[in-house]
Amino acid sequence: MARAVTTQHKTIATVAAWIVALLIFFPILYTIITSFKSEQEAIQGFALIPSGTFESYAEVQAQSGYFKFFFNSVLLSVGSTVLALLVAIPAAWSMAFSPTKRTKDILMWMLSTKMMPAVAVLFPIYLIFRDTGLLDSRIGLMVMLMLINLPIVVWMLYTYFREIPGEILEAARMDGASLWNEIVYVLTPMAVPGIASTMLLNIILAWNEAFWTIRLTTTEAAPLTAFISSFSSPQGLFWAKLSAASTLAIAPILIMGWFSQKQLVRGLTFGAVK
Amino acid sequence: MKLRTLTLGLLSASALALAAHAESITIATVNNGDMVRMQKLTDDFTKANPDIQLNWVTLEENVLRERVTTDIATKGGQYDVMTIGTYEVPIWAKQSWLLPLDKLGDDYDAKDIIPAISGGLSVDGKLYAAPFYGESSFVMYRKDLMEKAGLKMPDAPTWDFIKQAADKMTDRANGVNGVCLRGKAGWGENMAFLTAMSNSFGARWFDENWKPQFDQPEWKKTLQFYVDLMKADGPEGASSNGFNENLALFQQGKCGMWIDATVAASFVSDPKASQVADKVGYALAPDNGLGKRGNWLWAWSLAIPAGTKKADAAEKFVSWATSKHYAELVASKEGWANVPPGTRSSLYANPEYQKAAPFAKMTLDSINAADPTHPTVKPVPYVGVQFVAIPEFQGLGTTVGQLFSAALAGQSSVDDALKQAQDAATAAMTEGGYIK
Repeated sequence: MARAVTTQHKTIATVAAWIVALLIFFPILYTIITSFKSEQEAIQGFALIPSGTFESYAEVQAQSGYFKFFFNSVLLSVGSTVLALLVAIPAAWSMAFSPTKRTKDILMWMLSTKMMPAVAVLFPIYLIFRDTGLLDSRIGLMVMLMLINLPIVVWMLYTYFREIPGEILEAARMDGASLWNEIVYVLTPMAVPGIASTMLLNIILAWNEAFWTIRLTTTEAAPLTAFISSFSSPQGLFWAKLSAASTLAIAPILIMGWFSQKQLVRGLTFGAVK
Repeated sequence: MKLRTLTLGLLSASALALAAHAESITIATVNNGDMVRMQKLTDDFTKANPDIQLNWVTLEENVLRERVTTDIATKGGQYDVMTIGTYEVPIWAKQSWLLPLDKLGDDYDAKDIIPAISGGLSVDGKLYAAPFYGESSFVMYRKDLMEKAGLKMPDAPTWDFIKQAADKMTDRANGVNGVCLRGKAGWGENMAFLTAMSNSFGARWFDENWKPQFDQPEWKKTLQFYVDLMKADGPEGASSNGFNENLALFQQGKCGMWIDATVAASFVSDPKASQVADKVGYALAPDNGLGKRGNWLWAWSLAIPAGTKKADAAEKFVSWATSKHYAELVASKEGWANVPPGTRSSLYANPEYQKAAPFAKMTLDSINAADPTHPTVKPVPYVGVQFVAIPEFQGLGTTVGQLFSAALAGQSSVDDALKQAQDAATAAMTEGGYIK
């Protein structure tokens, strides 16, 4: 009887999970479906079966070179993630293993910077970029993406590091390990799942960031977000082309997410159950 | 052999030197059909100007507006040519943010630009932006439905006729709405239509002392007429409809009439895209016999920001893209029907264009019927037909647009919407220092 109830619960839970997953994924699915419609089909109302035309993809590729934008997206998301980890690992280490009275306040303050609307600092940031010659530069944007995601990276790493027993680090110190060796050879290998999931999440956040990547670039450093934006039209039908551009833009990160989902879930739930 | 090698070497070196000296200019633009076509045809420009390379930045209209405004206000220097509208040009020119276009070339023939269009892009007699394509608004209607209703559309209809025709054409059972009009909130969306419409009802945004006029009977008549008309004969969910939504409805045969931009004519008469392509007629925007029609005036134009370091190359490009030669180039490659409309008088005198574009005469008549310097029946202290050319208008226009869109959706009454619009406009004008 108990087994039957458990099986029933499992079935209900599975069905519920599928429904929620479909609801969450549906906008992306419908974007993909729309990308295989003609512009006329796209505006004719809700339909799940497209005619299967590739004309939007052909037009999108002819109108804008996808690969230049793709290359910039890869460079910016990976580059900003590496930079963020270089800064965040020592920061999270110090807060996790040598906390002070103010550590929690500092963490809260870091997080509070994410609560401000980005547009509030558009002009100061734009002027700084202009005066330092960083407008439309990959380096400038990489630093910007690193800075906006840094609070989340520090928070995530801090949470993972807190799970590692401090005694292990003390033992390493007693064996004569330097600070550098302690972080590189003792802490980092133990925190690999946490660092990996933080890295993956940061790559996704940087890949999808659309406010700064559109506003601080023109031609050289423009990533896929700018590519998508160029297909919205004030006068004329554009839904199918916009969907094709969006599908091309999200495909790489979707595939990466699919292959790394186990790592991602493991990292995100790390320490959730004690 | 040695001579050949030497010649080849010299040629390669020259090519490299030329490439090294090639000036690249960055052009910010929107994703309109005409703009996309221009990008495809730029080989013609770069062949004639091998020392100039073109970089394109295509953005969504609102993002473009925000990007170029940020850049020009901070002198960021990211763009050498900007695509801007009739609203921005007079404001930015007065701020000295734009360079006057006085070196467009001897064969440019600036006098050929339609006076109503060049007037909206000039300050103190100087042209600050060259029009790439211009538009007004007019009535597009289904000739078959009009005939079925037993009516004949006059070339210059009144609002009462539009109401009568809309009532007769509405056939909810068959999904036909008598009239489709913009309802989506925004200064360039529903407020473009409603401001132009209000001109024909004798209304105005401000009096000569910048006092808002939403508490006057003319605005009440305008908004009440619009809301009643749309409730009786408009499509469901009209408060979310902008240009593209109404275009889709009209192309699918779901609108008896559509009053919107003249550039829509090429979309609704395109048999590849429109199910009613062979049944569309055109008429001037309606009036109430007060001397002003409910049509607007707009031109997407190319301007050069004062902060550019490549003004000469930029002006060469602007001259090419807005020239008669460019119109002929488009005609030779893609036919006369695809030439950017609404900028040059010579285009409308061209019999081949008249033949390819049956809406040509009505487009020109509509453009000529708009006067941005005297847009209203009563005197006003501003220029602009469907907008008020002051920096505060973008924000205020959108706020008022939201209030009027809510009235259309039935979320508030016409009186409430007008009262709130009056309060919002009074606050904005006081804050801006217009009302002392």
